[in-house]
Amino acid sequence: MTALPSKKLEAWRYTDLAPLSEISFGAVPVAVAPVLPESDLPRLVFLNGVFSEVLSSRLDFAGAFDAVADASAQPLARINAEQARDGVTLTIPDGIDAGTVLLISHASGDAPFAFHLRHRVALGQGASLTIVDIAKGDGVYWHNPVTDITLAAGAKLNHYRLQDESREAFSLATIRAHIEAGAAYEHFTATIGARLSRTEIHASLAGEQATAHLNAAQMLTGEQHGDFTTVIAHKAPNCPSRQTVKSVLSGLSRGVFQGRIEVDRIAQKTDGYQMSQALLLSPHAEMDIKPELRIYADDVKCSHGATIGALDEDQVFYLRSRGIPEAEARSILVRAFLDDALAPVQQEEAKALFEAAIENWWVSQ
Amino acid sequence: MSASMQAIADQKYKYGFTTDIEMEEFPLGLSEDIVRRISAKKSEPAWMLEWRLKAYRLWLTMEEPDWANVKHPPINYQELYYYAAPAKEQPKSLDDVDPELLRTYEKLGIPLNERAALAGVAVDAVFDSVSVATTFRDTLSKSGVIFCPISEAVREHPELVKKYLGSVVPVRDNYFAALNSAVFSDGSFVFIPKGVRCPMELSTYFRINARNTGQFERTLIIADDGASVSYLEGCTAPMRDENQLHAAVVELVAMDDAKIKYSTVQNWYPGDADGKGGIYNFVTKRGACRGKNSKISWTQVETGSAITWKYPSCVLQGDGSVGEFYSVAVTNHHQQADTGTKMIHLGKNTTSTIISKGISAGKSDNTYRGLVKILASASGARNFTQCDSLLIGNECGAHTVPYIESRNSSAKLEHEATTSKIDEDQLFYCRSRGLSEEDAVGMIVNGFCKDVLKELPMEFAVEAQKLLAVSLEGSVG
Repeated sequence: MTALPSKKLEAWRYTDLAPLSEISFGAVPVAVAPVLPESDLPRLVFLNGVFSEVLSSRLDFAGAFDAVADASAQPLARINAEQARDGVTLTIPDGIDAGTVLLISHASGDAPFAFHLRHRVALGQGASLTIVDIAKGDGVYWHNPVTDITLAAGAKLNHYRLQDESREAFSLATIRAHIEAGAAYEHFTATIGARLSRTEIHASLAGEQATAHLNAAQMLTGEQHGDFTTVIAHKAPNCPSRQTVKSVLSGLSRGVFQGRIEVDRIAQKTDGYQMSQALLLSPHAEMDIKPELRIYADDVKCSHGATIGALDEDQVFYLRSRGIPEAEARSILVRAFLDDALAPVQQEEAKALFEAAIENWWVSQ
Repeated sequence: MSASMQAIADQKYKYGFTTDIEMEEFPLGLSEDIVRRISAKKSEPAWMLEWRLKAYRLWLTMEEPDWANVKHPPINYQELYYYAAPAKEQPKSLDDVDPELLRTYEKLGIPLNERAALAGVAVDAVFDSVSVATTFRDTLSKSGVIFCPISEAVREHPELVKKYLGSVVPVRDNYFAALNSAVFSDGSFVFIPKGVRCPMELSTYFRINARNTGQFERTLIIADDGASVSYLEGCTAPMRDENQLHAAVVELVAMDDAKIKYSTVQNWYPGDADGKGGIYNFVTKRGACRGKNSKISWTQVETGSAITWKYPSCVLQGDGSVGEFYSVAVTNHHQQADTGTKMIHLGKNTTSTIISKGISAGKSDNTYRGLVKILASASGARNFTQCDSLLIGNECGAHTVPYIESRNSSAKLEHEATTSKIDEDQLFYCRSRGLSEEDAVGMIVNGFCKDVLKELPMEFAVEAQKLLAVSLEGSVG
């Protein structure tokens, strides 16, 4: 098996997988039927990493899992390729709007186990799809999914993820998107669960006017560690990319954001923007940010901003002076702080899902 | 590119001349024997030799760092000279200085003679490795300021050197710092006693002259409680074909309420238009704000060297201490610069400001790499960082790699970075007012760098502006 990446690798300097390597993962236990979200949307359900035909909707664009070889630079993707046993392949033909599909992973077991889902999503020219990806569970497990996405010219994929895994779990997701001319990849991840998690996205803008929006909201507490890492490669002229990453950290939690914008020589007129902001709600929380620009074309506009700080007490005071109790004032401000990241999520049901998740998280604080 | 601009692009390095005076050199290569010989040459006490040997043995066990965004053929450390000094005896006054040497300084515009007095600058001019002339020593010593070559300080102020040397940049800090600790040949030592405001700006001009000679400067500046000093460092190097290695270490120590301002204009030979030759500049510069309300400010204008690897940093230990980093880095042709700063916040209410302006042209690569680290103890810490990059031409690269780490919720950090090319509208505006294209670019670039240039002492600001224009001329079209 490919070795886990060590902290000595620059890409992993802020996320230490030592706690993961200390655990020995056994056989995947038989899954118990979970409580699934109530929704009329078609759904694809994986229990402990195995596709459940009983719980899933029949979709004519959903195909079966197929083994893969992976020689990529990402150790976790290589581990996934070696270990993957299941996953879904979604193929949307040219010009078809396939609507919204729920992609649900639920994991639970008494002893530690690991599963490595391999999903493939391919959208034909002008096709569109919304995936609402929900991951939940109980107990100790390692979820190591890889999602490979190809978007043909003019296609549009909305990819919304709610990572609400078990607080004892490890969740290391790799997403790779190849985006052709005029196609758009819209991504939002809400990181709430897992003891240690990382979402690593590689988006490649391969044709003119291809766009990528990679947004995230990380809400961490206790001793959680959450990492959102992105690489946007501008490989064609005239491509805009946007990233908004918000982290709210309490307890002893640690948030990480690493975002790199790469601009090739030919990618003139690139417009890349990235904003990363963190609120430290407790004295012992930690945030590490590494925004990175690697630029080889001259006619570009690239910028990033990063801020780290506590809630602005003046704003709290302002709301209190308007008669809003302190707890509620803080709640309003945190909610408002997260709003920019959440803004692109337009699908009503997905939006409601995230709103509820954020609300739940705040109440549990 | 117009013909006239091409002509400017082909412009030769202005300060490329060499001085033929007798040089005394040690054999090629590095060994314990060479370290001993350097130490003996400087009549150093035993403790200093011991320190050097320890550093040398440590260096042997270390590996050259490879994380910077620079490429160069492997350096063969056995093919360098580690000591070169003008062969004549140390001169007692300016009259004793080799006239050839004085002419070199004159060509470089150094105010070493009367002009020095007019400019109000004390110059500890380092010619290759030995300080050959020092002026204004009297004025300084009257106020209790010690300003001398570090080799002299080792002999005459051993208690100070022992106390502070290696206390900010430990021998094992990095590969090049260890190398420097083993073979450093000379440099400046400054001690400003309690409550003294240094009566004049101090400056040292470093020159690299001898062929194949690595320069290993060691500078140590200490400002005691309430003291303040402004130190200038400027560099130009004659043109040479081989790559020359420069691995300096600069240590600053600021005690309670002390202030140190360290300004650099670095214009070493960058290599020719094809990337042949040029200086490898691997420098470790770090200041420790040990006392409360102390302040260390780095200002640098980096236009020279084939490769620059340099991160002037501040360790903000004292409560209320302040660290500043103002930088302009210009790269053209095949130059590579990987430069930035580290601000380590330990004390309460510490503040740091980083303003970095990178300009890449030709086929060069320019990287800002910086770290802002707020430790749990640094309540109320504050950082503001602004890194802007300007690209001229589409064969160069501009990169920004900031690391921002906060472990204290009462700390506030802000970071902003932008990359863009010269605004066509601004260019058009200037040209419509009758400015030539290169003048317009020079003006816009100077405007882009204004936030940094205004931090430079007067004398340097003028030189720096000219340097920017010279470094960039011909890169637009």
